[in-house]
Amino acid sequence: MLRVIGKRLALLVPTLFGLSVLLFLWVRSLPGGPATALLGERATPEAVARVNELYGFDQPLLTQYFTYMGKLLQGDFGTSIITGRPVLEEFATRFPATIELSVVALIFAIGIGIPLGYLAARHYGKLADHGSVVLSLIGITIPVFFLAFILKYLFAIQWPILPPDGRQNPRINATHVTDFYVLDGLLTGEFDAAWDAFLHLILPGLALGTIPLAIIVRITRASVLEVQNADYVRTARAKGLMEKTIRGRFILRNAMLPVVTTIGLQTGLLISGAVLTETVFAFNGIGRFLRDAIFELDYPVLQGFIIFIAVLYALINLIVDISYTIIDPRVRVQ
Amino acid sequence: MSNTLPPAAGGEVSPATADPALAEGGGTGLWKDAFRRLRRNPQAIAGAVIIGLFLLVAALAPILAPFGGEELPGRTEIRPTNIPGPGELPEYPLGLDRFGGDVLSKLIWGAQASLLIGVISTAIGLAGGMLLGLLAGGLGGWVDSVIMRFVDILLSVPNLLLAVSIAAILGQGPYAIMIAIGVSQLPIFARLLRSSMLSQRGSDYILAAQTLGLSKRTITMSHLLPNSVGPVIVQATLSLATAVIDAAALSFLGLGGGLPQTAEWGRMLTYAQAELASSPYLAFLPGACIAITALGFTLLGESLREALDPKTRQK
Repeated sequence: MLRVIGKRLALLVPTLFGLSVLLFLWVRSLPGGPATALLGERATPEAVARVNELYGFDQPLLTQYFTYMGKLLQGDFGTSIITGRPVLEEFATRFPATIELSVVALIFAIGIGIPLGYLAARHYGKLADHGSVVLSLIGITIPVFFLAFILKYLFAIQWPILPPDGRQNPRINATHVTDFYVLDGLLTGEFDAAWDAFLHLILPGLALGTIPLAIIVRITRASVLEVQNADYVRTARAKGLMEKTIRGRFILRNAMLPVVTTIGLQTGLLISGAVLTETVFAFNGIGRFLRDAIFELDYPVLQGFIIFIAVLYALINLIVDISYTIIDPRVRVQ
Repeated sequence: MSNTLPPAAGGEVSPATADPALAEGGGTGLWKDAFRRLRRNPQAIAGAVIIGLFLLVAALAPILAPFGGEELPGRTEIRPTNIPGPGELPEYPLGLDRFGGDVLSKLIWGAQASLLIGVISTAIGLAGGMLLGLLAGGLGGWVDSVIMRFVDILLSVPNLLLAVSIAAILGQGPYAIMIAIGVSQLPIFARLLRSSMLSQRGSDYILAAQTLGLSKRTITMSHLLPNSVGPVIVQATLSLATAVIDAAALSFLGLGGGLPQTAEWGRMLTYAQAELASSPYLAFLPGACIAITALGFTLLGESLREALDPKTRQK
């Protein structure tokens, strides 16, 4: 097992190395070069020269690359142009918000997606099946930001039962220990703050979770359809096992492998979706920060973020692979 | 926001490996057969009708649209607190936007812009991806390794972020968006074509061609490629849906460039945010257009996949 993990991590090295080279070249090919991007409108020739010297952009490319890699390996992603604070620090304060949002989105997607997909397969060709296929089709084709608008309009404006934007009502003077607002409220015993933060998560969470939901429904349905006619399921029936056991231990468990893979693959989708969802709901997470970074061409932030996401993405897929061995012991043997 | 669709019922994207004898003209051809089955599939018809309608509207925009895309005919009719909505003024049937633009005209011109961006960016991704996939799958060896590592790197960054980063270098504007989305779609096509070619390599008809002494190039170009291209074409149809959505997302984020009142569905949504409470139609109409176009391409792509799937083909 450890060897498998080690091998997978080793495979990650060339990809990340390649990515770092591409990002390095990316920054250097920004219009006007990195100094102009840094200075924006204040880019007078003297200022550009000063910045080039200060940051070493006037050094030979290879020297620049080694400096850049050296810093990167020490976890130094540079300083954000917008806020003037270290990129990593900015991530640390904003990432909890996006994690909270993604967790709500995933719980929604998995909690509804798997049962719905399973039901569709059990009632193959019937109304429940057609209904869920149509629903998942709509879920896939509707743009996240448009869905965010619809939800916001319906449940925050037309029937104002949920807050339209933000992470928490600023009037609740909540204490923040971890920057996970719901968790903070629970830890400090400020349950009204936790509840309020949770209410703020519902609409963006639904918007963000809908595409993963649609995809999970489809995969679960397809996977259960394949498995439920397998020979071992027929054998289990012939042995006279209880239907509950057959469904839980034989069908569902075997059908879960592709579903788990798919859930792992949703990470990229969630991050992209978060940029759009957080923009609509003025939700102060990493997505919204990223949107500002795009606008200001805050390249240290973009650069750091892309590397960060690539690592995260790879780690999540590793966890997915490890979870296979728990779901399906046969994988362990191979 | 890549929504590479999982197959609707079971199985992976199977390469269009029908019996090669069938594909080569004897009996019913693969594509002929697929087309016949598409015509009988209501899902495919629905998709084709939707896309056909939007294409028609886009092509006839100069005739259909009462006003130009960037024209602001209702400039004098709008107040910051009161934007005339659908049906309020007879000359603007779908109302005005905050700039004084006619929403109906902007939706029509927007169809042209969105479809053009969608089609061109998918064409860029398809061409680039097929070239890389063909080189990787055809030449193998170190070329294959280098190309696939490059594709892995591109795949390690979420689609939308990749597109945004590319757009940042190219500057804002529709061309930047086309190239950015095209490049972000390229890895899927490269991978699909390569894996499809690899799975065909061991086929009997390839062996037969080799026995006949055909050159490697002839085998790759006239046997391997035509028989491997099915899944790529299915993906291209589905990618059109993604491209339309991603293009709207990029211009929603403000990467479209040009004038604020430019007729583009994603951009219309950007400026609908402030007036969501008073004029929700400003968000709902362009949003619905994006969703319906994407639905059309998805329906068509899914039916095409079913029609080309050898598992269901014999019916």
